Amino acid sequence: MRDTLHIPLRPWPMLGVVAALALLPLAALALGQPFYVVFATRVLIYALIATSLNLLIGYGGMVSFGHAAFVGAGAYTVALLMPAGIVSAWLLWPASLIAGAFFAFLIGAPSLRTRGVSFIMITLAFAQMAYYLVLSLRALGSDDGLTLSTRPSLGFVDLNRDAAFYYVALAILLGALAAGRVLLNAPLGRALQGIRDNETRMEAIGFATYRLKLLVFVIAGAAAGLGGGLLASLNGLVGPNLLHWTESGLLMIMVILGGAGRLLGGALGAAVLLSAEEAIAEHTIHWPLGIGVVLLAVVLFAPDGLIGGLSGLARRWRANP
Amino acid sequence: MTAPALRVTGLQKRFGGVLAVDDVSLDLAEGELHAVIGPNGAGKTTLIHLLSGALKPGAGTIVLDGRDITGFAMHRRVRLGVARSYQITSLFPNFTVRENLALALQGAGRPDDRDRALAELEAVGLGARADQLAGALAHGERRQLELGLALATGARILLLDEPMAGLGPEEAARILSLLEALKRRRTILLVEHDMEAVFRLADRISTLVYGRVIASGAPDEIRRHPEVRRAYLGEEGPA
Repeated sequence: MRDTLHIPLRPWPMLGVVAALALLPLAALALGQPFYVVFATRVLIYALIATSLNLLIGYGGMVSFGHAAFVGAGAYTVALLMPAGIVSAWLLWPASLIAGAFFAFLIGAPSLRTRGVSFIMITLAFAQMAYYLVLSLRALGSDDGLTLSTRPSLGFVDLNRDAAFYYVALAILLGALAAGRVLLNAPLGRALQGIRDNETRMEAIGFATYRLKLLVFVIAGAAAGLGGGLLASLNGLVGPNLLHWTESGLLMIMVILGGAGRLLGGALGAAVLLSAEEAIAEHTIHWPLGIGVVLLAVVLFAPDGLIGGLSGLARRWRANP
Repeated sequence: MTAPALRVTGLQKRFGGVLAVDDVSLDLAEGELHAVIGPNGAGKTTLIHLLSGALKPGAGTIVLDGRDITGFAMHRRVRLGVARSYQITSLFPNFTVRENLALALQGAGRPDDRDRALAELEAVGLGARADQLAGALAHGERRQLELGLALATGARILLLDEPMAGLGPEEAARILSLLEALKRRRTILLVEHDMEAVFRLADRISTLVYGRVIASGAPDEIRRHPEVRRAYLGEEGPA
């Protein structure tokens, strides 16, 4: 029986990747490069955010160009609540998740009435409105942003230790990916992909497509909000740039680079893009040019992104080793 | 006679200056197969768009079992038992044939396990194609699946938009026997250009010309109707 929609679990490669990720902080310390633990944590958080955007773009056909707004909502939630005396991550992170979901509902409800290019433009417009709003509000620090003196507390885990924060972020990302797989294999996930492929016909066989899309938009916004809260907690610094449209564009590039409509596409795209930025930015300020060339190559030669290209190579290798 | 399953009164739809559907009233009795015929551009597909909820009428009402559903969205009408098929095949090409049907079962709120999806597939003669991608089917099979999606919703009332469009004689015969098997078990509004099929299947026929119903009645009346012959069937017509 053939299942094109079901996402299988491949336990062995998965365990290998998880083991490598678990050992990464130890390797960084052994090599005397503790800075890379913070960098890797940032990659994990962006992997979470890009995965949430992939749910919209790759699985729902909702090409949202305003995902940074939800990241910003989550980040500013942490940055506003911590000075007010709320320092427990158990409260702060759920709060940023709810903030992301709330703004996703506000923006999604009108935007999802449109399709195609209009949807891209209207999400972009809403996100830019949020950006200028933050920029103009002194309570949010205007263009200086807000700084935090310490990281949130998480019970017996000391988040001020970089390695501890890394493992927490890793656990959250893995949890989110597992939840994403469950969602996509569930009836809601099949309906979402049906909407991506043929929304009109979905209505004609009884699906309330608008409501389903809004639900998924809110779920993705919630995950992005959580990602924003994690970023704020990690960096201790939140600025309006987090909401700028270039940030939304960067997230889209991660999704396309890694593989839209592939469960691990967003995560891989985030890892590759941020690593490339890190590696090239040391040598030249023109690093976006390099990213552009890579993106062009991916779009031309691996339309399914790096994941699609890699699994194609793996298939060929298995068939003809 | 009992109250009709679907009653349409004074339905009107205007596109710019064109009245595509002009004051159309018709009834669908329970279990009846009601065919709508007419030349190209007569407003047949627009009528199906209006009845299925894809378009909102400018005037008129659509009443299902005594309940006004004129303002209802398409998915609500499906849940209430009115489903349509498309003249231009509209499938999920990246899904397998079975997944296509499972989706239709799910959409209408019916159990969508494999056995049921396969049973629905057998009903439209696609059992052997279950694991193929819908996009890889031949044209005739795509038409069968198109019909299968509408059937799988379990709707009592089917609005079928030219199910035989573009089919060869053998494929058309397959759809014809499928429709014959469906007759009586479901209430059907059939838009079709294949006159042989229409006159063989229909209990009642309405003729649409320039958006208006110019004649409605039993197949024999329509066959002899002078205006219908002039506008559509041609003087020779099927005798």
